[in-house]
Amino acid sequence: MPSEKQALIVSLQLGLLLGVVGLWEFAARFDWIDPFFFSQPSVFGARAVRWLTEPGFLLGGRSIYHHLFVTMEEMFFGFLFGVFGGVVVGFLLGRSHFWSAVLNPYIQVLNALPRLVLAPIFVLLLGIDERSKIALGFSLVFFIVFFNAYRGVRDVDRNIVNNARMLGASEMQLAWHVLLPSAMTWILSSLHTSVGFALVGAVVGEYLAAARGLGWIISQAQGNFDAAGVYAGMLILCVVVVVVEFGVTWMERRLIRWKDVNVEFSV
Amino acid sequence: MTPPNEKSRPSQPPGRIEISFDSIGLRFGSYAALSSLSFDVLQGQFVAIVGPTGCGKSSVLNLVAGLLKPTEGSVRTSGGSLDSINRDAAYMSQHDALLPWKTVIENVMLGPLLRGRPRNQAIKDAEMWIERVGLPGLDKRYPSQLSGGQRKRVAMAQALINRLPILLMDESFSALDAQTRAIMENKLLELWQELKATVLFVTHDLEEAIAMADRVLLFTAGPGARLKGDYPVRLPRPRNVEEARFIPGFLEIYEVVWRNLKEEVLATYAK
Repeated sequence: MPSEKQALIVSLQLGLLLGVVGLWEFAARFDWIDPFFFSQPSVFGARAVRWLTEPGFLLGGRSIYHHLFVTMEEMFFGFLFGVFGGVVVGFLLGRSHFWSAVLNPYIQVLNALPRLVLAPIFVLLLGIDERSKIALGFSLVFFIVFFNAYRGVRDVDRNIVNNARMLGASEMQLAWHVLLPSAMTWILSSLHTSVGFALVGAVVGEYLAAARGLGWIISQAQGNFDAAGVYAGMLILCVVVVVVEFGVTWMERRLIRWKDVNVEFSV
Repeated sequence: MTPPNEKSRPSQPPGRIEISFDSIGLRFGSYAALSSLSFDVLQGQFVAIVGPTGCGKSSVLNLVAGLLKPTEGSVRTSGGSLDSINRDAAYMSQHDALLPWKTVIENVMLGPLLRGRPRNQAIKDAEMWIERVGLPGLDKRYPSQLSGGQRKRVAMAQALINRLPILLMDESFSALDAQTRAIMENKLLELWQELKATVLFVTHDLEEAIAMADRVLLFTAGPGARLKGDYPVRLPRPRNVEEARFIPGFLEIYEVVWRNLKEEVLATYAK
């Protein structure tokens, strides 16, 4: 892409951000919207900065970094277990027509169930600490990855499978050299969505019942009619999401390099 | 391109039977693809299979590969009766069946690796074959970075590297442009004469069949395809595929097979 066009895109992106934030700020200052409900960027921005930079500033007796760490931890494990479980089960059922036929109705029902309603059950079962949030994240991530892994194994090109078998592949070798890489594109494309859902599991879980974490901070702020606190929590969450997305994209590039290569070399 | 320079090779080597079909029947549900099909292929023979569309040519290859099982009779190879994947056969299909997530060298070395050769030997072997099929310097490319002709070369190296006694080719070159195709055909003949493999070569192009093969098998129109004709091609070798049609004797064979093939093609359309 020519660099002038790139520069134009970036400047328009920045302009859009500044425009929206500026409009919000002025609307609140001139009382077009009620700052009590909508807060204003300068106020909640300052709040977030204060949380992050003022050394002795505590929320519920702990620093913001502690809360951030807890939320990230819940998201990470929910994501990890969900992806692992989804890949393994998706792979096994993708290979077995019989068991996928047996389990199909139950999977459909569980998938159709809005899994956020499981949150109270997880809290009852596992308590209000991290485990109930990890379980919620897992239940959200698992199905997304499961369906993609299943699809990936099922959609593998028959010609490639036959070719590998003729070359001498055993069932295990077939899984490793053909099925897994083939399913990988599907699985990876689901990871962006999955990371988001793992965070949803963590934050919603904390929001419902917890003693720490970003969701808990937001819930506390809401309880005190502190709109700035809610927005400041959201702002920090946004930054977290952007950073995590960046990591997933990087991982994706590395794992499916063969798709990323340019065709410019071809003769 | 240089025509293969090899000393005279008997066009019908006397020898043992490599592949044997004895009254083979094959059904897909209620559709009978093949019925009481019988023929033998001698070791080292290059056999072309022609016939109208849907006559079960590809099914014959899949039977020899062990990817399909006959519903009647059993396919025998020199290794005995076939009841699973044929470990002695290499397969080059019409479709692009390279592993897109592996580079050229990883694709070519896959066969030896899967069959338990040590990695460094597999790499060495693969490098040699990439050179032989004429792709030096492209080891690290992915299939998506290659042209159709280059991909075919990789597929050829991938199929031949295991040096298996049987080579099955299902319209392997049909998607290529005429020039690339001629180059690949000559390349194949050159490598075949060196490897002394038994080849079953399915094609819809009669000229290609006669130019390359020792023998042309003509199948009847399906359903229930059988053998209609078995024509020896006694043209001298080495052959250059592009010039084969000027060899005396080529046109006589072509005419005979074409007349019979036409009957079957018309029969297909009459149905």
